[in-house]
Amino acid sequence: MMTTLTKNPAARSDQRPARPGRIRRGGLRRYGDLKIALFFIAPAMIGFVLFYVVPTIRGIYLSFTEYNILGDPEWVGLDNYAAIAKDPLFWNSLAVTGQYVLMNIVLQTALALGLALLMDRVAKSTLVRGALLLPYLMSNVIAALLWFWMLDYQIGIVNQFIEWAGLPRVAFFGSEEWAIPTQALINTWRHMGYTALLIFAGLQSIPQHLYEVAKLDGASPFQTFRKITMPLLRPVLVLVLVVTVIGSFQVFDTVAVTTQGGPVNATRVIQYYIYQRAFTESDFGYGSAIAVILFLILALVAFIQMKFLKGNESDLD
Amino acid sequence: MTTTTSRAPQPAAARRPATTRRRPFNARRAGAWTLLALAIAVSVLPFLWVFRTALSTNGALATQSASLLPADFTVGAFMRVFGLQSPADAVAEGGSGAAIDFWLYLRNSIIFSSITTAGAVFFSAMAAYAFARLRWKGRNAVFSLFLGTMLVPPIFTALPNFLLIKNLDLLNTMLGMVLPYVFMTPFAIFFLRQFFLNMSREVEEAAMLDGAKHLRIFFQIVLPNAAAPIATLALLTFIGQWNEYFWPLLVGSQDEVRVLQVGLGVFKSQSPQGAPDWSGLMAATLVSALPVLVLFAVFGKKIVNSIGFSGIK
Repeated sequence: MMTTLTKNPAARSDQRPARPGRIRRGGLRRYGDLKIALFFIAPAMIGFVLFYVVPTIRGIYLSFTEYNILGDPEWVGLDNYAAIAKDPLFWNSLAVTGQYVLMNIVLQTALALGLALLMDRVAKSTLVRGALLLPYLMSNVIAALLWFWMLDYQIGIVNQFIEWAGLPRVAFFGSEEWAIPTQALINTWRHMGYTALLIFAGLQSIPQHLYEVAKLDGASPFQTFRKITMPLLRPVLVLVLVVTVIGSFQVFDTVAVTTQGGPVNATRVIQYYIYQRAFTESDFGYGSAIAVILFLILALVAFIQMKFLKGNESDLD
Repeated sequence: MTTTTSRAPQPAAARRPATTRRRPFNARRAGAWTLLALAIAVSVLPFLWVFRTALSTNGALATQSASLLPADFTVGAFMRVFGLQSPADAVAEGGSGAAIDFWLYLRNSIIFSSITTAGAVFFSAMAAYAFARLRWKGRNAVFSLFLGTMLVPPIFTALPNFLLIKNLDLLNTMLGMVLPYVFMTPFAIFFLRQFFLNMSREVEEAAMLDGAKHLRIFFQIVLPNAAAPIATLALLTFIGQWNEYFWPLLVGSQDEVRVLQVGLGVFKSQSPQGAPDWSGLMAATLVSALPVLVLFAVFGKKIVNSIGFSGIK
């Protein structure tokens, strides 16, 4: 039950309540439990309305206003969006975040897939999995500071190694070309083991007899991997990809703790830019409008995920 | 589970020289283990390096930057972090001399994470019960709405939520910090609903025939039976809350309510220009990581085994 990761929450749960057998058996009971259900759901409902529904609506409303916290929001129509379209800093943040997301997808997925295959082959022990999971349990702030120290230009251990190898020292956080790859590396370090565990769980759910049949048919390991492992792993990989993309689009913590958007604009990612506009410059309308755009981008990603997952869901069932 | 090791490497191994033929997978396995060991080293060794740095003196770090042992061993960094060092001593050891009190942040982190975890898990369990075990009109529609909130990026609701907390005059209060989390998390509801759906109905129905009310069924049958998943959920929620940074940064920037993660960021920015207080910073980092490390040492198996499921998050 715990490891059924291929189950897509949204798709599955929609089908779930239909279970005809259960409802008929439930006929023992009174027709509806609306009153008692309202009681059970009340606290969650308060949180849901106050901190999810209302702020979502309010956030969209604010994006059409000019609002600097003092006074009242003033309706300005699409002005914020028009300004954003011409804002080089916004486009820069989008490009920077895009690079970051891309590096994460490639690095993280490739490394995690490799690790999952290795674990599947030689080590399934909880200890190995636990060791690989350790970075993921640390906060972004801790991961950022840990690497800020290890990658320090002057006395960081990584630059020591680089120097011993006869290469020039690298200003990981201080140079424009390295700043974003460094952020992506930190994130990859933190998520690599976690993602590997997800893929590993997917590997475990592939029925063994398929491999035995393939072996009897004389399939090579590479063929087996391409024709059996990859197709059956696809739902998991799509899920992993989406989790990675949606998570990386919202990068903030590591940037806020280390480079704060710099050097120049090299790490001014979207969420950090929103934070600056809203909280440093008290421009809540403008910040909200960028947040709406980020929301739309993520919704698009989620939509594409749904389409992908639906097409793949039957693979294992 | 057990057959996987023999599945792939055979043809390649057969081509190997006689010495390895007796145990055909040897070379392959050795290679795989090497790579795996490398990944484990990359995951774990940085923590040892942090520990070593935290026990060093700042001045010595620069000259012995590659020695494996602490450079000029001292526990001064830990004392500094907990505000036990006089400002003069702190400056002498390379600290900024600014007041810093991780006891306070530690306390705040524990309060913040405990309250939000207890509230979110309990209220989410109630809601999950209604979604899984009760039949009422609109149930599925409401559940879909709840699930939908998982898609809303936290930054999007953070701005209006900040305004709400500000209007309620709750900035820099523990109440303002915990409010958005304490009623539920969509993931917790989803997670527990899955378990409640799969629980056997017989006991529950027998109790109902005996005239037991839903409240009693919830407390005396459903909750005890779901103790294991609830414990897992509480563990995951607690770690997640412990690591939360963005919201506490917005709402709890002042000392009295500042949590560890925010305190770390402040400590880092306090570091004197030119020569950061590395050993102090690493000691602080270790202090912030310690509770999670302890939880992981005790409940590691539970956490590791939950990953296949929580990946949906």
